[in-house]
Amino acid sequence: MRHSRLWTWHILAGLVILVLLGLHMVIMHLDEVLPLAGLNPAGGEAIDWANVAARAKLGFFMASYIVLLGAALFHGLYGLNTIIGETNVGAGLKRFATACLMVMGVALFVVGTYAAIAARGLAMKG
Amino acid sequence: MSSKSYDNHLGIKGWALGGAWSPERYLYTLHRVTGLGILSYFLLHILVTTSRAFGPAQWNALLGDGGFLRHPVFVVGEFLVLAAFGFHAANGVRLILIELGFAVGRPIEPVYPYKTSLHASRFVTVVLMLAGAAFIVLGGLEFLRH
Repeated sequence: MRHSRLWTWHILAGLVILVLLGLHMVIMHLDEVLPLAGLNPAGGEAIDWANVAARAKLGFFMASYIVLLGAALFHGLYGLNTIIGETNVGAGLKRFATACLMVMGVALFVVGTYAAIAARGLAMKG
Repeated sequence: MSSKSYDNHLGIKGWALGGAWSPERYLYTLHRVTGLGILSYFLLHILVTTSRAFGPAQWNALLGDGGFLRHPVFVVGEFLVLAAFGFHAANGVRLILIELGFAVGRPIEPVYPYKTSLHASRFVTVVLMLAGAAFIVLGGLEFLRH
């Protein structure tokens, strides 16, 4: 039951990633083919600081980065945990790997969330 | 019961040596390989993009004009991540459709020549792979322009 619940979350997280990472890819890598008005307002590269700061000012981006971060960490680390579960290593090692992945996921979520919030604060000041 | 008790448990080797060499078998293996690639990049990406929290100087040192990560090797790597995402997303949609019972056809009597749900879903598979390929080509064109 627990595994089918986690599997359902894995699928739902995949759908969230499809939408938000798809948007991220369009903004970062398809900005000339599919220009989305106002998301690279300074012109030039999407990763130029002026564009990064302009997007950081928008509350939508801060929120979407945090949602994408959580969904992608869960989807990716659960997928990796599934792959480790299919290997021939011992059950104790698998449990240890699961615990490590959980700790890593939570730590990276905290770091990434801090960055999204702090970057918005910085952009609003500047 | 430990996992070692399964004599026919191939583990990771099963990705390449599991038999059933249908196109879907290769999609299965490629889905996992691209997933691991995207995850490796993503974990580093979180740490790299955290630099934006410390201001433009730190950001530009890594990602500004002439920044460390603007080296062509990293740009090529970034395109590979885009390509991996294009495939992984298209194949992921296929897997979700099949998981939810779409695109697998109605149950039929097993009459020779046998048809399986994989045959029924193959049209959707081709359409989704073409969509993924179109995304990769568009992304590739933009990488070449820069």
